[in-house]
Amino acid sequence: MKYVCNICGYVYDPAAGDPDNGVKPGTQFKDLPDDWVCPVCGAEKSEFSPES
Amino acid sequence: MKPVELKKDIYWVGIVDWNCRDFHGYSLSPMGTTYNAFLVKDEKIALVDTAKADHAGEFFCALSHLVKPEDVDYLIVNHLEPDHSGALVEAVQRCKPEKIFCSPMGARSLAGLYQTKDWPIEVIKSGGSISLGKRSVTFLETRMLHWPDSMFSYIPEDKVVFSSDAFGQNWATSERFADQVGRETLDRVLSEYFANIVQPYSPVVLKTLDKIAELKLELDMILPDHGLLLRGEDCAWVLKRYREMAEAKPKPRAVLVYDTMWQSTEQMIHAVSDGLKDEGIETRIMHVKANHHSAIMTELLDSGALVVGSPTHNNGILPYMAGLFQYMKGLKPLNKVGGAVGSFGWSGECVPALNEWLEKIGIEVVGSGVKQQWRPTHDTLKACVAYGREIGAALKAKIAALG
Repeated sequence: MKYVCNICGYVYDPAAGDPDNGVKPGTQFKDLPDDWVCPVCGAEKSEFSPES
Repeated sequence: MKPVELKKDIYWVGIVDWNCRDFHGYSLSPMGTTYNAFLVKDEKIALVDTAKADHAGEFFCALSHLVKPEDVDYLIVNHLEPDHSGALVEAVQRCKPEKIFCSPMGARSLAGLYQTKDWPIEVIKSGGSISLGKRSVTFLETRMLHWPDSMFSYIPEDKVVFSSDAFGQNWATSERFADQVGRETLDRVLSEYFANIVQPYSPVVLKTLDKIAELKLELDMILPDHGLLLRGEDCAWVLKRYREMAEAKPKPRAVLVYDTMWQSTEQMIHAVSDGLKDEGIETRIMHVKANHHSAIMTELLDSGALVVGSPTHNNGILPYMAGLFQYMKGLKPLNKVGGAVGSFGWSGECVPALNEWLEKIGIEVVGSGVKQQWRPTHDTLKACVAYGREIGAALKAKIAALG
């Protein structure tokens, strides 16, 4: 499932991952490390909501 | 304007834009604005931000009062929005800087905004520091306050922070410091800027204020990129005001915004206002065509309730109301209750459509609203007064819960 950053609107897509920050494609949102932050605005994981 | 020395060897080299009324295409700046930039003269000479491109000539003239542009060693780019970086390309050409400092997100935006090939860009992460000689500059990333690239630059030796757009206000004045102007107007322009630019990032504001406290940053001056500069006791004042605005605790005040075709909806709005007043709630009635959407957002910042009205028009609501809602949704107002009223001729989509918008914006909708076919009767207006009281009571309950 995709997750949206409540602060800036960035969408985390598990299919794409976040390779710039060492997250491989195919990584589910729940499996992201606890210290992972939004690559656009630096918001913490708790600031994300499932995409509706 | 000529430069102004703020502290020994720290200068304001900004622009006063007396004529600006349309701020960035979405907000009004009824009293103009300034684009503040700063020069620090030490063993290394550093220029903090620049100005809007159409003021570049004036900017380099001000700078040249102090130094030859080619003597500037460092450019510090706190924020890349073109009102602060519009003269950057020319600054790079004229100053031939040894280094250009920006945040990691700033480096990405720079490459998209300007031709930066061969620019001596040095990316500084939050907490990173550079030396200017007798002074140092420490950087604090403030992502989304209010762009991803935004950062603060802090000189601990002088207790001065260059805060980019945070704490800014749109007000063109010959005075440079907040303690030289009227406090009531200052507070108004500070709120206006917060309501229309900073508000959606309120969680980031709170985090940044906590960070400032955690780092125990000593502050003798807060120097934003727009408007009046804060010094002395005004530093604590502006931090407190930002915390209050970001916390958005509801206040016993309501804004009623509406559009109307043949005054039926207008009458209903006035009746709701009377009901709110019965509950001790202060009201401001704003016709959406008599008030710019940015002025409405400023009033709403200080209000705990929003009542909206529109007649049904072609199975929907009137277009200026839809435009306002689109703008408002992006600004994510917090902790508000609301309600809707409207009249209609033969189909009555207005009130459900208004309520749908309120919900999308995140406003707690009270009841299901009041709608009336053709003209409101005495009984309809009584129902509107009762609805106003109901919204007032809901607001008071919210204030009690969050107070």
